Amino acid sequence: MSILVIADHENDALGSATLSTLNAAQQIAAKGGGDIHVLVAGKGCAEAAKAAQTLPEVKKVLLADSEEYDHLLAENVAPLVVKLAEGYDYVLAGSATFGKNVLPRAAALLDVQPISDIVAVESGDTFVRPIYAGNALSKVQSGDAKKLISVRGTAFDAVPAEGGSAELETLEGTGDSGLSSHVGSELTQSERPELTTARVVISGGRGMQSGDNFVILERVADKLGAALGASRAAVDAGFVPNDYQVGQTGKVVAPELYIAVGISGAIQHLAGMKDSKVIVAINKDEEAPIFQVADYGLVADLFEAVPELEKALDQ
Amino acid sequence: MKVLVAVKRVIDAYVKVRVKSDGSGVETANVKMSMNPFCEIAVEEAVRLKEQGIASEVVVVSCGPQVNQETIRTALAMGADRGILVQSDEELQPLGIAKLLKSVVEKEQPDLVLLGKQAVDNDFNQTGQMLSALLGWSQGTFASKIEQQDGKLRVTREIDGGLETLDLATPTIVTADLRLNEPRYASLPNIMKAKKKPIETIEAEELGLDIAPRLKVLNVSEPPARQAGVRVESIADLVDKLKNEAKVI
Repeated sequence: MSILVIADHENDALGSATLSTLNAAQQIAAKGGGDIHVLVAGKGCAEAAKAAQTLPEVKKVLLADSEEYDHLLAENVAPLVVKLAEGYDYVLAGSATFGKNVLPRAAALLDVQPISDIVAVESGDTFVRPIYAGNALSKVQSGDAKKLISVRGTAFDAVPAEGGSAELETLEGTGDSGLSSHVGSELTQSERPELTTARVVISGGRGMQSGDNFVILERVADKLGAALGASRAAVDAGFVPNDYQVGQTGKVVAPELYIAVGISGAIQHLAGMKDSKVIVAINKDEEAPIFQVADYGLVADLFEAVPELEKALDQ
Repeated sequence: MKVLVAVKRVIDAYVKVRVKSDGSGVETANVKMSMNPFCEIAVEEAVRLKEQGIASEVVVVSCGPQVNQETIRTALAMGADRGILVQSDEELQPLGIAKLLKSVVEKEQPDLVLLGKQAVDNDFNQTGQMLSALLGWSQGTFASKIEQQDGKLRVTREIDGGLETLDLATPTIVTADLRLNEPRYASLPNIMKAKKKPIETIEAEELGLDIAPRLKVLNVSEPPARQAGVRVESIADLVDKLKNEAKVI
């Protein structure tokens, strides 16, 4: 019995999704899942593999550093996962875009029905996952011999990135499928923390009225070391790019503090943030549904309240 | 280029779902059903490709009970040419659906299969990737832009930190994300026209595939409810509470 965790990484470091996925793996191991191995696939990712060796309770790190894994194309990574899966009972990945893209592809090749986005481990074959954008929780039992699972990062605390001393095994590449090629990436440049892992998130909705007005949220974000988010309404209105979107169709976040500004609180938005520890809502409509989930609600004009908040944080 | 679009019938995205008290699932009786919003985007994209002269025919397929014909009709009213219902009254899970779709693809031989990136009922986000794998094709998931490019398809994808552009060998699978387009409303004349468009029915059982569910749902429950907190009167009050009560700043 053994578990393979597919690492999320940025070549020189592990992504935070790996640390929460490892937590889920440890829970499965504790229920009889066996040893944990970590796969680091990519091109020029030796540093990330080195980092993975120090993860607690990891026995072995598999490094597949090869040209065809550059940009982690699903068509090239899935065959590697399929080949390795032979030796494992569980294959886990974070449910970030990489895991969502690759894991089902590998699963289909193994004739396995994967379990997406788990939020709890009940036993070796039973897991809890949100459905209907988190409006219901489904407890499912897998009848497949192998289990391919993606793990919702916000539901499992990140394990410390130290304490382990795993051995390293280097793998050969499985070749280029020739099916797809990477043309370019356009990554949002930001000094701020990443939305899904930030300790504090401040989000704006349709009430912001324009993309330019997000600058007042940015000022508060800078004071709090917060990430900037937005509701789908704000993204649809073109105020901010889609990768800001918090909600059912965007990112799911669970920071210690979530500040919703000018967001009414549609079901679809609540689905992405209601597991935050403390929720603050600032909205001029006192009937807004966001107040029903907010720990602290302030009925106010955001264009007065937000600059005031920025000033108050200086004191 | 021939385009196949897969669509799913789900509880309307704006309906607040209710969990059944016996924990067997969510209430679907007397609940408004609609096409999954991401499937709508996929249909819209296919119809636009046809309007641009890139697609020659748009075929829409749905797997499930007879009533899924309604969802297929909606897609026909948006501009798809004909429909296929792969009929099954059994519970279908993404792997099973991918197998059914594969057999439709083999019969129809499309150059592009469009799907929504996920359905808003089970939130699996798997079917497109699995279909692509079973066919041994390329995949462009979470697409926000599709362009034709010298016999390839150039797809811009929504990824965690921004956007990524890939060139995909055709035939290929693309799954639609939110920003790909804004789906149209079907006009009344088009709804009338759609009634005359053909829908072929294939019995899923007759395809002889292993489509039995692999995941057994043991229980469906309400998530823990979040209690509304307190109203604060001012920013000063708010900051004080965040510092001294919640201790988060």
